Amino acid sequence: MTAIQISSVEKSYKGFKALKGVSLNIEEGEFFGLLGPNGAGKTTLISTIAGLIRPDVGSIKIHGHDVVTDFREARKRLGVVPQELVFDPFFTVRETLRLQSGYFGIKNNDAWIDEVMHNLDLTNKADVNMRALSGGMKRRVLVAQALVHKPPVIVLDEPTAGVDVELRQTLWKFIARLNREGHTVVLTTHYLEEAQAMCQRVAMLKLGEVVALDTMSALLRRVSGSQLAVKLKSGDLPDGLRHLVSHDEHVNGNKYTLRVNEVSDVEPILARLRESGAVIDEMALEQADLEDIFLQVVGDKQPGGPQ
Amino acid sequence: MNLFSVGFRTLFYKESLRFWKVATQTIAAPVVTAMLYLLIFGHVLDGRVEMLEGVSYTSFLIPGLVMMSVLQNSFANSSSSLIQSKITGNLVFILLPPLSHAEILSAYIAASILRGLAVGFGVFVVTAWFAHLTFVAPLWIIVFAFMGAAILGTMGVIAGIWAEKFDQLAAFQNFLIMPATFLAGVFYSIQKLPPFWLAVSHFNPFFYMIDGFRYGFFGKSDVSPWVSLAIVSVFLVVLAAIAINMLKRGYKLRH
Repeated sequence: MTAIQISSVEKSYKGFKALKGVSLNIEEGEFFGLLGPNGAGKTTLISTIAGLIRPDVGSIKIHGHDVVTDFREARKRLGVVPQELVFDPFFTVRETLRLQSGYFGIKNNDAWIDEVMHNLDLTNKADVNMRALSGGMKRRVLVAQALVHKPPVIVLDEPTAGVDVELRQTLWKFIARLNREGHTVVLTTHYLEEAQAMCQRVAMLKLGEVVALDTMSALLRRVSGSQLAVKLKSGDLPDGLRHLVSHDEHVNGNKYTLRVNEVSDVEPILARLRESGAVIDEMALEQADLEDIFLQVVGDKQPGGPQ
Repeated sequence: MNLFSVGFRTLFYKESLRFWKVATQTIAAPVVTAMLYLLIFGHVLDGRVEMLEGVSYTSFLIPGLVMMSVLQNSFANSSSSLIQSKITGNLVFILLPPLSHAEILSAYIAASILRGLAVGFGVFVVTAWFAHLTFVAPLWIIVFAFMGAAILGTMGVIAGIWAEKFDQLAAFQNFLIMPATFLAGVFYSIQKLPPFWLAVSHFNPFFYMIDGFRYGFFGKSDVSPWVSLAIVSVFLVVLAAIAINMLKRGYKLRH
């Protein structure tokens, strides 16, 4: 069954097209990543899924329920962690979670609220006013609020932005458990290593359009090459190798990251360096990861090897 | 729509708890303000002017002050809650759940009525000592207090949705609600006004709320309480229709 069905969604703000006909389906039980640079339209798309923004064209359905025309059924099935760190300063953590349960029509939800607080390490803050919490704790409460009604579809809009390692680990452990139990999870994050570790499938957005949509393994295969990092003690990179540079740094010596397709491509590069008189100080061969694919897809960089 | 749904009750409870947690500011302060009005105007004018035949000025003033407090605080409750939630961003907690438009509107109005009536009762309790009050038709007192609070609570919802910053809400309050309340006969009977302003006052719906409310105390009013009730009811229905339409369209709430 399709958990989220996004069909040709367009949204403009005063002439600026934030979404240009986005279409994609997220299947039930998936851990789905929505990636893209700032301004790509990720938050606009998530806000449209959540019903906070209404699409100009197209439709979005949650478990078959349209988020505009059948919004009550759609929202019952959706839990959203907003990107902004918002809270109601009048209430304690427990009051906040009880109220949120009530808005979803759930009475006497304390057993689940206690479990959510326990899993997010919030139990000892239950009776603390929201104002008195640190940013990381407030973020945990936002996550807990999105989960109070046990939504089958959970959307997390940069849930780990600006929070410590402990919360990230606590959060991912809990979210992974919910995903294993059948909850669909949609994640946006700037931490690509998180997306690579958690997501089964990824969509990359750029300027309001889906520019890549594939499984994580297929995306990683798309960049068959690796990265050769070399730091030169003396000399410089010969012109014949400059087209391979994906990254360079000139602090404490010249450091270059070169794209290579296969391990056998390394030796010709080293030979060219020797011929030019450059002396290598440090060298490492690294596998391509999601960040490389992300940079290629959203930055229009082409994968390649020695030519 | 089920008005007793868990969603409605929760939002009503939250809106009520919100003002109760800061009761010094939301209940005690307006009671003290109304008391000061009574002490100053009552002291200066009592025995010098007579608004209703056989009724002292202080006695005449108390129902006006009570109703003014009901109206202003009902408006303040829904409008300030909405604008604060919009500006701080926590309105998202109301917008994400499956609450119906009617549930949202009715919960905000119900909490506004509760605060308006709580303040009105407080004002009545502290001012009633200063004059001999009669209760000729107590049912009218309850009906008009309830209707006035509901109307201003609805106006608060409209203003809270419309305003994008506190400045705009203050303008709504100072240039619309405050003059309409003061010019509705809180401090005087409109029968004492020149003919032009007497006619103008009849276009002010707040006048009918206060006039009908005062009728409940003295059995005397500028217009029949039935006429006032009809006008006030129509006004409430029109305002509620505007507010529900704003919520349905997501006006300034869902972009």
